[in-house]
Amino acid sequence: MTPRRKKRLYLVALVLLGVGGATALFLTAFQENIILYHSPTEVAQGKVPHGHTFRVGGLVKKGSVKRNEESLKVRFTVTDTKHDVPIVYDGVLPDLFREGQGIVANGKLNGNGVFVAQKVLAKHDENYMPPEVADSLKKAGAKAPHSMPRPG
Amino acid sequence: MIPELGNVALALALCMALIQSVLPLAGAHRGIAPWMAVARPAALAQFGFVAAAFAALAYCFVTSDFSVAFVAENSNSALPVYYQLTAIWGGHEGSILLWTFVLTIWTSAVALFSRSLPAEFAARVLGVMGLISVGFLLFMLLTSNPFARLTPVPAEGADLNPLLQDIGMIMHPPTLYMGYVGMSVAFGFAIAALLGGRLDAAWARWSRPWITVAWIFLTCGVALGSWWAYYELGWGGWWFWDPVENASFMPWLTGTALIHSLAVTEKRGLFKSWTVLLAITAFSLSLLGTFLVRSGVLTSVHAFASDPSRGIYILTFLGIVVGGSLLLYAVRGPSTLGGSRFSTVSRETLLLANNVLLVVAMATILLGTLYPLVIDALGLGKLSVGPPYFNKVFVPIMSVLMVLLGFGNLSRWKQDSVPRLWHHLRFAAVGAAVLGLGTAAMLVSDWFTGKLLMVGLGLVLAAWVVITSVQSVWTQLSDKRSLAEGLRRLPAGTYGMALAHIGLAVTVVGITMTSAFNAEERLRMAPGDTATLSGYTFRFQGVDRVQGPNYQAARGSFIVTRDGDPVTVLHPEKRRYVSGGKPMTEAGIDARLSRDLYASLGQPMSGEDGGWSVRLYHKPMVRWIWLGGLLMAAGGVIALTDRRYRLARRQRSAPAASRHSAAPAGSG
Repeated sequence: MTPRRKKRLYLVALVLLGVGGATALFLTAFQENIILYHSPTEVAQGKVPHGHTFRVGGLVKKGSVKRNEESLKVRFTVTDTKHDVPIVYDGVLPDLFREGQGIVANGKLNGNGVFVAQKVLAKHDENYMPPEVADSLKKAGAKAPHSMPRPG
Repeated sequence: MIPELGNVALALALCMALIQSVLPLAGAHRGIAPWMAVARPAALAQFGFVAAAFAALAYCFVTSDFSVAFVAENSNSALPVYYQLTAIWGGHEGSILLWTFVLTIWTSAVALFSRSLPAEFAARVLGVMGLISVGFLLFMLLTSNPFARLTPVPAEGADLNPLLQDIGMIMHPPTLYMGYVGMSVAFGFAIAALLGGRLDAAWARWSRPWITVAWIFLTCGVALGSWWAYYELGWGGWWFWDPVENASFMPWLTGTALIHSLAVTEKRGLFKSWTVLLAITAFSLSLLGTFLVRSGVLTSVHAFASDPSRGIYILTFLGIVVGGSLLLYAVRGPSTLGGSRFSTVSRETLLLANNVLLVVAMATILLGTLYPLVIDALGLGKLSVGPPYFNKVFVPIMSVLMVLLGFGNLSRWKQDSVPRLWHHLRFAAVGAAVLGLGTAAMLVSDWFTGKLLMVGLGLVLAAWVVITSVQSVWTQLSDKRSLAEGLRRLPAGTYGMALAHIGLAVTVVGITMTSAFNAEERLRMAPGDTATLSGYTFRFQGVDRVQGPNYQAARGSFIVTRDGDPVTVLHPEKRRYVSGGKPMTEAGIDARLSRDLYASLGQPMSGEDGGWSVRLYHKPMVRWIWLGGLLMAAGGVIALTDRRYRLARRQRSAPAASRHSAAPAGSG
């Protein structure tokens, strides 16, 4: 093997090592961090494994919000009008969180079927419905109280 | 009347853009000088018409003409006049008009400052930019006309999204668009080179200043966006890996790679094909960014629009631009290949590694951003990719990049040797390791956690980059007898490069320190309650009612003390705008170079004591993140003043003049 070829071989090996490493890194990170969305109906049907982080969304059920007087702990229920999911959360709720509003929460189910939220999202203005929630409501056969986000 | 004039101006601008693209491109192809000469006046006229349309829209906003749908949706008469003006880019239609306006600014700049370029080449660049303009003007006229009327005319407008009623919103979009659209110049140069088959060091020297300017704006735009999100969203985060942020970050990464590969193309005549491909990619990503943010495919504060016809148009446009340019590249690219050799250990190799790493980083972000959209579009379910994915992939890639950056700073073109590099860099390596690890060991109390490793890694890398950057200036001093003389003689590019690299290090220090030592508390506080965070005591004084120009606010007061000494008083606000029921969080921040104290109000709690849910943060060195961005941009500005570009212009002016005399109409 000529010295130049040898050098090239090293270079190719190095590149392969780099690309392989990057791909491995990428695949593991990707695998671990995909968060699936499930509707309250899917949760109620037991389609979601326990101890897995996922997103659930729906309307905050009227009269379901119970705050703890001493801390930030709050309990509420989201619904797609067919099924409900009880949620507990310890933290500051977003500005647009209120009963009847569509929200999405990130978190896990505990052993009692209660969703422990790490994050609660309620973006946009009061007419806005997260697309996932609108989809869940449609699947559950309910008419969304608000339409999809208005254009503009 | 005025809106109709605006409409007419847009239509005329479209005609000008058509003339500016078709005639010069055909002229350059067939060698007809008068056709090519049309490009400059057409570009300037197009600028005039778009500027008139922009002014017309501004007039509608300032006079609160709610018969214009876009004005009615994004403004109201209670809005302060500066927000009425900036509301132009507070919605979809106006943003596209701003995009087009910025494009015509860049096009006119190219028209005015390209007289030293060969006439054929300048005509092609302007022609390509004209085509892009045609695409955007048609888009506006067909699907998103900002002047569309509304009947019946509402008595009062809706409002500008309160999130956008802020100084950051005045500056962020125009700056970012200057950067996005600036990539169209790079694109124009690349396509012109492919069409003309001229791709050499001179080409790189012409395009470099343009791309540097665009990159400076893009850098400032990304940094501004991060700063704005930090204080406006009230979560204390400075980067969320939100698709909209990614949309601006991907062109930046590609643009950064482009700047580096252009250096090789100019200095050594290498990587030509690659540089052209990067220029095409950078602009395609800018278009993709516009598409992502503007078509409503994303759920985010930025995605105002949700009209599918717009999405289809932009996708088609994107397909034509990307597909067409890649096809051209495939057909013409190889014929412009060529260049000299370089050895395995050389600056070329290191810059190649830089490019590969930046592009890989961009690709991983692209995948993480688009994957959920693709899965959703295919009906395979709804999912999202969490921020940890981006951090996990991005941090290792950037770490390797920064290690290589140190070597790149000191390496030689063409051929270098490992022993020589080691000889120059051993002190830097030892110094960075001692400095970084020593500081980390002092800062981290518990040594047996991953924290020491993380802080150590960040600080060692930053120190390594800073030391080697200073060293790169130092070793280039030709005349060591007189330091001042030597420093003065160095080309500006050397200083610019060093400063931009130091900027990167400053940003990394900021990210490392903020991530590792951020202290936060989310709690319920009643007036009189105190909370202690990293030695600072926050005392909640309660909430007052405050009246703003177009909102009412609950204004909290937090007295911050340290060891009994007063530090500052923070005033976070919870605003409720008159026009709509959307409450807004306005954080109270005390900013220092060494730390930020940050308080934001959640909601009033039920109960008699006037308690609120509250977020408190102590963020060490968070300012450094944006300071670093500023230094990078400053480095770019300094590099622009390099004598080389002015010399190049003077050298070129002679042959260019003779060419002009051959084609009298070519003076434009």
